[in-house]
Amino acid sequence: MTIIEVKPTKPWAATPADRFRDIVILLGAIVASFLFVAATPMKGKLAYFFTFFFFYMCATAGYKLVTRGNMAARDALVSSVVSIGAVATLIPIISILATVVSKGVKGLHWSLFTTDMSLATPTDPIVAGGLLHAITGTITLVVLSLIISVPIGILTALYMTEIKGRLIGPIRFLVQAMSGVPSIVAGLFILSSVLYPITKAYSGFMGVLALSILMIPTIARTSEEVLNLIPNDLREAGVALGGTQWRTVAMIVLPAAKSGLVTAMILGVARIAGETAPLLLLTGGGDRVNPNPFDGPMGSLPYYIWKSFNAGSPEAITRAWAGLLVLVLLVLILFTAARMLGGKKK
Amino acid sequence: MTTMETSKNMSTSNILPTTNVASLEARGIHAWFGSHHVLSDINLDFAPSTVTALIGPSGCGKSTFIRTLNRMHEFIPGAAMAGEVLLDGKDVYAPGTDVTKIRLKIGMVFQKPNPFPSMSIGENVLSGLKLAQLKVANKDDLLEECLERAGLWKEVKDRLNAHGGSLSGGQQQRLCIARALAVSPQVLVMDEPCSALDPGSTLKVEETISQLKASMTIIIVTHNMQQAARVSDYTAFFLSDGGPGQMIEYAPTSDIFSRPQDQRTENYVTGRFG
Repeated sequence: MTIIEVKPTKPWAATPADRFRDIVILLGAIVASFLFVAATPMKGKLAYFFTFFFFYMCATAGYKLVTRGNMAARDALVSSVVSIGAVATLIPIISILATVVSKGVKGLHWSLFTTDMSLATPTDPIVAGGLLHAITGTITLVVLSLIISVPIGILTALYMTEIKGRLIGPIRFLVQAMSGVPSIVAGLFILSSVLYPITKAYSGFMGVLALSILMIPTIARTSEEVLNLIPNDLREAGVALGGTQWRTVAMIVLPAAKSGLVTAMILGVARIAGETAPLLLLTGGGDRVNPNPFDGPMGSLPYYIWKSFNAGSPEAITRAWAGLLVLVLLVLILFTAARMLGGKKK
Repeated sequence: MTTMETSKNMSTSNILPTTNVASLEARGIHAWFGSHHVLSDINLDFAPSTVTALIGPSGCGKSTFIRTLNRMHEFIPGAAMAGEVLLDGKDVYAPGTDVTKIRLKIGMVFQKPNPFPSMSIGENVLSGLKLAQLKVANKDDLLEECLERAGLWKEVKDRLNAHGGSLSGGQQQRLCIARALAVSPQVLVMDEPCSALDPGSTLKVEETISQLKASMTIIIVTHNMQQAARVSDYTAFFLSDGGPGQMIEYAPTSDIFSRPQDQRTENYVTGRFG
């Protein structure tokens, strides 16, 4: 008996010939856009971008129309619109990251993470002084804001999804209105309601209060959406086993929503990590490491960046870029850590 | 809970309880969702250690009826009811009744398997103890006993720490049965427990029901007439003629299937319905 060997194939996948044709169309569109821009009075990168987009769309759609018909042509048209949209979205992100990294790397040196600016002036060479006060300040502000905002935000969401009390309408309205509050307004509110009448001094905690005003609605809204996704079956199962509503929520609903709630926290941190306006008004932005958020001015990375750019000297501007890079890295580390802690363990 | 009650619970958890099987009586049960009257005047007695099957077409109020028994009906917004449910002679709707204790005594298995996603297989089985804050002397014994009685022990004994969602649909449903057994209910209501299961898993669940009968009163909603005939001692036929659902006939299962008194019951059980 002969054994016929059957090879696994993918009849639905593109063949090398198909890929070659795609590349020819792509290169043709690039060449055509260059020629078109050269032949007409149009100038600039945007002109290349849009003429290339136009030629590429026409070429792929036309090719599919001839070879595969109407449906394939429409598919090609929509695909090219979607991919151009994706590229257009990625360009600013990559551009920002590339600029921050390339300019920030010049200002990086080890003592950045071990010293503060208390003994250095903005015009000192870049190796003098460091960011320690700003890094510790930002971490303190973020952590304290989380400690205040996460319980309030999640309890608000639980009120809306589990308790479903009478105030649900007004509360949802307030949460939505609060998520649109400009950060400077939050800063001014704390300035006029707490700092001037009560404490009469700058401190990190004043900044934390303003940041919490910004963070609570973000966490509450996201948590509400996440909790609404938890199937009602699970709540019924918990209650049917003789659990009280509170124990069912604490033991079943919240654990089931854990990774979504971590996302809510991450979005909350993203909302405040780079926030500058309220910190300018409330924290005083010292140049010395201040571990006490309740007493004395407290530095932070956004404040440091703002101050260094304002100082204007080339060294100060290098410092500002280094601060930006460190802020981006810090946010990245926070997000990764949150994902690893809150990710699905099984 | 007093210490005496706790110790009673402990003892019933680890040995098959044969003495505290409860009777359940439904007296004039009506149910509404908003202004929609879905169930009208149901009177049914469930004797201790019997299996009663509730049959009838979709939308006739069977599920609503069993949810009034363990007070899960009120979990739905807009729900209302009338009538009495007597568990060992005491109305579960009487003022001052602790609703969590009622649901502890009248366990429930749902139509769709719903293991808790954040817990392992073992944690799922014992979750009722944590939810209701009960204590048992030996959790491992209880875990094994419940899984054994649900017919799942052999399949999962080597992976009790695996995720509940990693089981097949039929295994998940038996896991939910084990979970309901762990708090040693006196009555177990099952809402179409086999509707999502293959014949093999269905057979295992039916064997489980037959074994459990000695230690608890069982009420099962099913669309599968053979299943009703196989597992139940008594059968009640529910029907809605466009208005609220009513109980048309109640009799020993063999009578319902061999000599039904009502023409509509006969049409339904012989498949000539509608």
